[in-house]
Amino acid sequence: MKKKLVVIGAGMASGRMLEHLFDAAPGAWDVTLFNAEPRGNYNRLMLSPVLSGEKTYDQIVTHDDAWYSAHGVDCRFGEPVVRIDRKNRVVYSNSGGAPYDALVIATGSAPFIIPVPGKDLPGVVAYRDLEDTQAMMDTAGKDAVVIGGGLLGLEAAAGMAARGARVTVIHLMGHLMERQLDPAAGYLLQRDLEKRGIAVHCKGATKAIFGTDRAEAVLLEDGTVYPADLVCMAVGIRPETRIAVDAHLEVERGIVVDDALRTSDPAIFALGECVEHRGQVFGLVAPLYDQAKVLAQTLLGADAVFAPVQTATKLKVTGCDLFSAGDFADGPRREDIVFRDPGRGIYKRLVLENDRIIGVVMYGDTADGAWFYGLMKDGTDIGPMRDTLIFGPAFQGGAAPDPMAAVAALPPEAEICGCNGVSKGAIMDAVAGGACTLDAMRSCTKASASCGTCTGLVQQVMALALGGAVQDAPEGMCKCTDHTHEDVRRLIRSMGLKSIPAVMQDLGWRSVGGCHSCRPALNYYLLAEWPLEYRDDRQSRFVNERNHANIQKDGTYSVVPRMWGGVTTPAELRAIADAAEKYDVPMVKVTGGQRIDLLGVRKEDLPHMWADLNAAGLVSGHAYSKGLRTVKTCVGKEFCRVGTQDSTGLGIRLEKLMWGSWTPHKLKLGVSGCPRNCAEATCKDIGVVCVDSGYNISIGGAAGMEVRETVPLASTPSEDETVQIILAVTQLYRENARYLDRIWKWMGKVGLDWIRAQVVDDLENRAALVERFQISQSVYRRDPWADLSTPSETPKWAPLADLTLEAAE
Amino acid sequence: MTIFVDIGSLDDIPAQGARLVKTAQGCVAVFRTADDRVFALEDRCPHKGGPLSEGIVHGTSVTCPLHNWVFDMNTGQAQGADQGMVCTYPVKVQEGRILIDASLIRRSAAA
Repeated sequence: MKKKLVVIGAGMASGRMLEHLFDAAPGAWDVTLFNAEPRGNYNRLMLSPVLSGEKTYDQIVTHDDAWYSAHGVDCRFGEPVVRIDRKNRVVYSNSGGAPYDALVIATGSAPFIIPVPGKDLPGVVAYRDLEDTQAMMDTAGKDAVVIGGGLLGLEAAAGMAARGARVTVIHLMGHLMERQLDPAAGYLLQRDLEKRGIAVHCKGATKAIFGTDRAEAVLLEDGTVYPADLVCMAVGIRPETRIAVDAHLEVERGIVVDDALRTSDPAIFALGECVEHRGQVFGLVAPLYDQAKVLAQTLLGADAVFAPVQTATKLKVTGCDLFSAGDFADGPRREDIVFRDPGRGIYKRLVLENDRIIGVVMYGDTADGAWFYGLMKDGTDIGPMRDTLIFGPAFQGGAAPDPMAAVAALPPEAEICGCNGVSKGAIMDAVAGGACTLDAMRSCTKASASCGTCTGLVQQVMALALGGAVQDAPEGMCKCTDHTHEDVRRLIRSMGLKSIPAVMQDLGWRSVGGCHSCRPALNYYLLAEWPLEYRDDRQSRFVNERNHANIQKDGTYSVVPRMWGGVTTPAELRAIADAAEKYDVPMVKVTGGQRIDLLGVRKEDLPHMWADLNAAGLVSGHAYSKGLRTVKTCVGKEFCRVGTQDSTGLGIRLEKLMWGSWTPHKLKLGVSGCPRNCAEATCKDIGVVCVDSGYNISIGGAAGMEVRETVPLASTPSEDETVQIILAVTQLYRENARYLDRIWKWMGKVGLDWIRAQVVDDLENRAALVERFQISQSVYRRDPWADLSTPSETPKWAPLADLTLEAAE
Repeated sequence: MTIFVDIGSLDDIPAQGARLVKTAQGCVAVFRTADDRVFALEDRCPHKGGPLSEGIVHGTSVTCPLHNWVFDMNTGQAQGADQGMVCTYPVKVQEGRILIDASLIRRSAAA
């Protein structure tokens, strides 16, 4: 009598196993196949093409009725197995039992459903089977939200978009497919998806799904709401092990199997996504097929051993070319080779250890993926071809990549010189017309002839046209790039770059994640350029700006409440004194900017202290910021016998307009009521000295490492015009200056005449600058203390754990 | 063999950031990189004692917030022209939880 084999689950792994079994020994086993889905085997990997309309269900069926009957398989489809009786070797569904000599559990995996309110509403699906796929195929013209920006989620999103849905992808992590891609490749992928109309929201945590009868919208933790006729959860899968747990088999994350795929019961085997082998679980199909082969041999009495190998991932979204394999995390003794071609949107990264490839990430051009993958699997020593390795098999020995790629990729209409409105095309034309030196270029096109900050870029465009360098290139921003600060700012603008990874990718950064020098600068440039769209990156800020307090040499902080124009009230002073006592502040000191400094505060006390000070109406003085610090004032004509204008009032007005604004370096203002200059306005970045006839505005003072007196910028009769000019010059400085240049340093580069022409003489330009300043302030004029002393933020300021308490037991 | 204790969730540390852990052997900074790897270093720069947990994390390096010394978090070695190193401790992530060397609960024998 033939032995009986029962298989639970008609997925891809068990289907392949049966094929091997029947091929090697037809008729050796009597097979009964249970499946919870009311159908047999189909190629689940092909659900994406079915969803996008490139294939039909019939085309992805791998085993049809004829195949099952030809091999005598007793199909029990639509019958979930409810119990395994190990003692008597019988498997039960609700319609009866099936005895076995050998049992194979191939239950696969179950989608992970985030436990948020609304998860059970109709219209919320996983992306697991044909039913889910059919629901998603019906979204044309509707709003769909995909939760999860991994492989599966993006295929779901692209499929629905191809069906005509408006799709938004919500992803918890900072970039898409973070398990397979590094941030740079994730950025390129996001850009490609956005180009095809799929919205992407990274760092988005789902809080709830709204709807009465069915899903209507998705709410995120940050308050964003996306309308959703359909919500697809694709946040991950986990091995489906319930039947094995009930049968008391050994189960860890998955059903534990040995190298022959045998479970803790020698008559029971398991394969596919439901198993755990040497601590590893499986989600990609290649190792599952290997398991299928091994199990077929095991069932036929042969000795076979399952040894998982590295596998590679490709995304099945038409037009998004990516390849990822191996381990690409940074690590000890690991080195990266990174290749970026910003113009063509190509990114390749190889991770090496001991001259062997251990990881590959490629985006945009994956043609060489298989070759790198082969070198990785074989452990080939790449030492001899290391110099040219990244260029692939067809290019062993050749030229280095082109550092001018970013400039070469600019369209001819891209503006290079903002002052004079000179485009890339105009510069190329001038070179063709014989302007081969910078001076010649300046005289014939005016490019780089005004403020001069575009000089490096103009030189690069000329070099491109001439086919060689014009002059010695100016110094790069940091070791991560050859571009100067000015070029980076200009390219951010002309290429529309809106994130730090975007800048690093498109401008060909050499390092993986920048450095402590370029990241704060890029963060500033981006927020100054795109105040409404860019999201501040806290982790790219220096400690003081991240913690909104000044770090001291012993690691404590100092807290400085804002005191508008240096004016305070008894109630505020009382609140400050109370806070100083409550938090054991060792020193209370008046600063040079007429504010009160509370020194020596412990980090974990900061948010509590801020909350107390907020309650008394005080906000952060930004005494730590590369931004507006203080406006120092004297008492002015209200009290002073020689004061000529209301200098205190003007100081308060300016501070209320300008507080919270970020600038290339710290920005200090002073307003003195008369030329006796009690507010020391002539050694500030911007100073106003009031006189009988009005206001003298001067800029470029400093009292730091360099001590400088301001130089006169303008004189006006009215307070309103004074305010307008100060806001305009601040915005011009914000838009033009290199990060960490004070106004005096910037002024030395662009010249006072140029600044005066922009903000004093050209009234239209002045108004436009003021307007841009106000737009930025609509976002940034807010109190960080209030934002950070909320119940959800406060715990983050304390230590993560205190292991000394455990030691005290 | 190293024994590990659970100190919190990976999500408790911002990517490219750090959190402080108080231990019997002093303050330890636990870092999380952009690609979700974690490192544990003594929270004290050998130069002037700066809190490395407040530094800017880039790649697998951290820059001390006080005077910009850069340390490789894999080895604790100062990079570039600077000399010196900080202690590193075993730490790992398992199913979203951060586990750190349990011997940090005890005072070190040498201390």
